[in-house]
Amino acid sequence: MPLDSNFTRFVEVGRVVLLKTGPYAGHIAVIAEIIDHNRAIIDGPTTGVPRQAFPYRHLTLTSLAVPKLPRSAGSGTVKKYVEEAGTVAKWESSAWAKRRAAAEKRRTLSDFERFQVMIHKKSRRDKVRKAVKAAKA
Amino acid sequence: MARKELVPGIGRLSRSQVYARRQLYKGKKTGTAPAKPEAAPTKEVQVKGSKNGGSRLVPTSKAPRYYPAEDVPKPKQSRKTAKPTKLRDSITPGTVLILLAGRFRGKRVVFLKQLESGLLLVTGPYKVNGVPLRRVNQAYVIATSTKIELGDFKADVKYNDSYFSKSEKKRTRSAEDEFFEDGKPKEKESFPESKVADQREVDKVVLAAVKKTEYLAKYLKASWGLSKGEYPHQLVF
Repeated sequence: MPLDSNFTRFVEVGRVVLLKTGPYAGHIAVIAEIIDHNRAIIDGPTTGVPRQAFPYRHLTLTSLAVPKLPRSAGSGTVKKYVEEAGTVAKWESSAWAKRRAAAEKRRTLSDFERFQVMIHKKSRRDKVRKAVKAAKA
Repeated sequence: MARKELVPGIGRLSRSQVYARRQLYKGKKTGTAPAKPEAAPTKEVQVKGSKNGGSRLVPTSKAPRYYPAEDVPKPKQSRKTAKPTKLRDSITPGTVLILLAGRFRGKRVVFLKQLESGLLLVTGPYKVNGVPLRRVNQAYVIATSTKIELGDFKADVKYNDSYFSKSEKKRTRSAEDEFFEDGKPKEKESFPESKVADQREVDKVVLAAVKKTEYLAKYLKASWGLSKGEYPHQLVF
């Protein structure tokens, strides 16, 4: 890891990843062991993702990492480290996770609820615009 | 039995097999029709001429002089009957529907009841979005999950299919002649007063229920449409 690198997210043991496909798409997990340049063993004992080999193509690296996770740790150890670091809470409080949750919520809204959102957004826009105009004057 | 068809028009079993399975040899089971007074097979006719015996017995109905040489094939009797239209499960009285066709397409309306013909009776309400009491086909409608609490309100039985049918008028002359009868266009007929009253009566209940929920009247007034990147099959209604 040269010091002048611009990269901050690495495929490394302890890296928290977001799954993009498969039955656990949308869940996060932790890299427990790197198999090769295509796959890693991931584990999510606190997020419902069973230990499995997973291709890098189907996951996204997050900025979170579980510090000092030993290489090839079993599910129990991973769970201990993840809980200690508060990784899940950190993920859930991140803007990324919140945006995902909001998008998911929006997708399940009914027609009437979508209409109400539109009304509220309109009123917010109106208030902001008026406040900006008042501040400018 | 023979109802299972190999291909349309050809049953699985032959006529005699069906006969055996249905045990038709026992005789057809039918209800007894009320006995008609039997007409006399013959009647007495007076015959003129002294040598003809005065009167003769003649059959009341003459035997036909002509018999067809070949059997006339009878057309196959259809056993199909039209089933009443099934109302979609998602549509119950008070459901907000989105109309997709007709002059009110895009409007959100309130479902009242299903008519005998299978069409849906809906109302705007008229005061809210200008949609009157109207019949629509459920195929051209999106049912939303929004329901208006109508309580035990039931649309009157008088709102049936004939309520919406136009009165049949006999045209004697061409439509143009009739329209310009006195040299100027005919006055537009006013909407019947009774229908205005009906609309008001039905909408009274619906409007009262609509007012209970915030933004609901505004929602019904607004039209529905798709914008970029919105696909109806991916939306939740």
